[in-house]
Amino acid sequence: MDRFRFVLYRPLQLLPVLLGISIITFVLIRSIPGDPARLLLGTKSTPEAIARIRAQFGLDEPLWVQYLYFLKNLFNGEMGTSILYRIDVVRLIGERIGPTLSLVLGSVILAIAIAVPLATAAARNRGSLIDHTIRIISTAGLGFPAFWLGIMLIILFSVKFDMFPVSGYGDGFADRLHHMVLPCLTVALALSAVLTRNLRASMIAELSSDHATAARARGLPEGMVFWRHVLPNSLVPTINLLAVNIGWLIGGTVVVETVFSLPGMGQLLVRGIFTRDYMVVQGVAMAFACAAVLINFLADILTAAADPRVKI
Amino acid sequence: MSAPLLDIRDLSIEAHKDGERLGIVERVSFSVATGEILGLVGESGSGKTVTCRALMRLLPTRSLRISGGKIEFAGRNLVTASEAEMRHIRGARIGMIFQNPASHLDPVMRIGRQIGESLVLHLQMSPREAKAQTIELLRQVGIPDPQRRADDFPHQFSGGMRQRAMIALALACSPELLIADEPTTALDVTVQAQILRLLVELRDKRGLSIILITHDLGVVAQTCDSVAVMYAGRICEKGPKRDVLAEPLHPYTSRLIACQPSASAEAGLLPSIPGQPPSPSAWPSGCRFHPRCERAIGLCRSSAPELVTVRSNHVAACHVTAPARLADEAA
Amino acid sequence: MKAGSISLAMPVRLPVPLILGLCIIGGAVILALFAPFIAPYDPILQDTTNTLKPPSRAHPFGTDNFGRDVFSRVIWGTRVDLQMGLIGVLFPFIIGNTIGAISGYVGGIVDTIFMRIVDIVLAFPFLVLMLAIIAILGPGIGSFYIAMALVGWVSYARLIRAQTLVLKHSDFVTAARSLGFSHGRIMFRHIVPNALVASIVFSMSDVVLVILSGAAVSYLGLGVQPPTAEWGIMIAEGQNFITTAWWITTFPGLAIVALAFGFSMMADGLGELLGVRE
Repeated sequence: MDRFRFVLYRPLQLLPVLLGISIITFVLIRSIPGDPARLLLGTKSTPEAIARIRAQFGLDEPLWVQYLYFLKNLFNGEMGTSILYRIDVVRLIGERIGPTLSLVLGSVILAIAIAVPLATAAARNRGSLIDHTIRIISTAGLGFPAFWLGIMLIILFSVKFDMFPVSGYGDGFADRLHHMVLPCLTVALALSAVLTRNLRASMIAELSSDHATAARARGLPEGMVFWRHVLPNSLVPTINLLAVNIGWLIGGTVVVETVFSLPGMGQLLVRGIFTRDYMVVQGVAMAFACAAVLINFLADILTAAADPRVKI
Repeated sequence: MSAPLLDIRDLSIEAHKDGERLGIVERVSFSVATGEILGLVGESGSGKTVTCRALMRLLPTRSLRISGGKIEFAGRNLVTASEAEMRHIRGARIGMIFQNPASHLDPVMRIGRQIGESLVLHLQMSPREAKAQTIELLRQVGIPDPQRRADDFPHQFSGGMRQRAMIALALACSPELLIADEPTTALDVTVQAQILRLLVELRDKRGLSIILITHDLGVVAQTCDSVAVMYAGRICEKGPKRDVLAEPLHPYTSRLIACQPSASAEAGLLPSIPGQPPSPSAWPSGCRFHPRCERAIGLCRSSAPELVTVRSNHVAACHVTAPARLADEAA
Repeated sequence: MKAGSISLAMPVRLPVPLILGLCIIGGAVILALFAPFIAPYDPILQDTTNTLKPPSRAHPFGTDNFGRDVFSRVIWGTRVDLQMGLIGVLFPFIIGNTIGAISGYVGGIVDTIFMRIVDIVLAFPFLVLMLAIIAILGPGIGSFYIAMALVGWVSYARLIRAQTLVLKHSDFVTAARSLGFSHGRIMFRHIVPNALVASIVFSMSDVVLVILSGAAVSYLGLGVQPPTAEWGIMIAEGQNFITTAWWITTFPGLAIVALAFGFSMMADGLGELLGVRE
């Protein structure tokens, strides 16, 4: 299909953005005052180690050559070694990616599961008490701090009712699922506020659209008009909205991982900042940025699949 | 004479806005026989589209409602019909096509599936039967290579093809009546003629009745059997096409005919009716056309003229022309 | 987004959300300004004989593990968080609008370069880039403001650039140019005031984002530092006592929700009034 040809060339268009990400990360880490070799190695560095890192990162060369060294290391999959964990940063990220990925996926699914019924109820009963209530709650929801929401859920479901564990990641699939419920719910609730507001607006527009009127004129019952014609059309902009919000979503997981002590990339980043483990900060920041770029690309594919008119 | 398929009597429609009630359509009556094509003519805002939406009972309920009259369709009053009854009439017995086929087709559903949807719903066809019937319908409305085009999305069709698909969709369940709301306005002239020819052909083959809403008397001349002219929410003249177009009674109809491009082409300029069509919040008193009428007399300002039968089936509502013609006929 | 204009001749009916938003924000401003007179206790005064007390008449929101009055701390916190929200928006607003307007008006290579930078900054998850910048500058409220300015300007730049591009080709700008007005005059007298409407409306919803980010950064321990009474810190400190003293975390969170709701309402109402839609 012609419309999907962008899947082939889009990655090439994304290269400059990825390069830009690497430049920003490079500049950020190099703007820390002090000897980069010592910073990268921490306080307990031996002269040999310093010499080795100087050679690997070309620290005696001019800045732009240093950047080329940085790029070369990047292509070889070398992002340095964590001072704290004393292992390769790439491996470290690989170990921590699981909880973060399941948190993001779980909360997106949960958020859609919350937002679609709420937006439906509001849009189909426009101007009613239900609609006003959902509107006010979702507007208020925009201002719910995820970390506070998480703690409130812990107080309610863990402390009061003892339904879910307070924190941690658990062992084995069932246990992990059990541990992930509250973190996912936290992010999902915050996300569903934005989703509900937008979905409601697009549903209202679609409900009074010409093609919905035409469907009614063909004798389709209101329910069928909604599920077959209104909903599919209003979901298209929502995919886009999710993609736009992916950066925000990742930020949310960073905080929520800290709240629930989930051993994910976000927690790794925050610890890295406190322990001045700059290799880790650099690696995680870059991994997150690349993930956001990738997810936007996937969202484009999904949008093209959902809306036959889209040409990218 | 057998009863007409559709008989609308004294239909009135009100709008409410900020607690105010406005009469959008007032005591409109007309009927359509089986196999008849009726042209419903008027400027935008004259109430022709609202009237047809009302007979499908598709008025937006928060702003518009039927305030009086009856709509008799095949012996059943649609004004009092339940929503469930209406669902079996819409699409199945009355089909509707619209001015802008691009926006009236679901953009993210394949054409074939949209047609099949009605077949499965109203005729309880299996998906396989529906698919075969869909292709047959597309062939009947003149879409080339229907097998393949059924899997296309609306945006892949040209404007004319979209309108053909829309007609196939409206005719899927073999309705007795088709309401065509300005079906050719958004199309090129050549495509326009093709679509009109298709409608006439369908009437000839299937005995379909059609209400053709238009503001173009040229379209009426080409296709219709009879015509009803609406102005400011009322019917001002109706009758057989030939009579109305050849010997218009109401000054408004006369002006409309004079404004047709073909009639005035030689004159080199296109005359138009002076003044603006009135809006429901400021209907003129008496005959609503009087502020724009050259022949208005004092009576036109104070009292609304009733429809008077001048000749068999030819009626008009005018204080000046109708009595004059009646006197002529009598003489 | 589409910007409309309001007719000044007509008496303008204020949208309900706008009035509600103004009331909440006004209330917060009063609390912030008069915190010393309204708060019944010193927000950082420790009282070891009175720790972890549940809400009572003397302490409506209870006391924390140091015996500090949570009610007073929430009131004083208004000062810090409101200030954080407003200053946190101010710098991105100025930088972003300036860059965006110039980029859109000048066009060409300048525009291309700025927009590529915007793309790259936008590719980073907002909070992650901010945390990385704070990591380098070291924890503290100053670092938060700098990080906010470096990351937050892009939204404004994009918004005003789009508006500028539209206005640049509008009739009245063409007219102004044909009258021989200078570029500076056209830009600051004609384009910027019109383009700014959308930015101002957006800045109201942006305040919500900034307050949430500021509180989150402080919660993580990278923003405002203890013992300052700030809502994010209070929540972080209270998290250790959720099994015994729910009130320490609950009330500052509700304060954030209320303030953010005020700004969201303000944004909705202002958008409605000025005819700007997101």
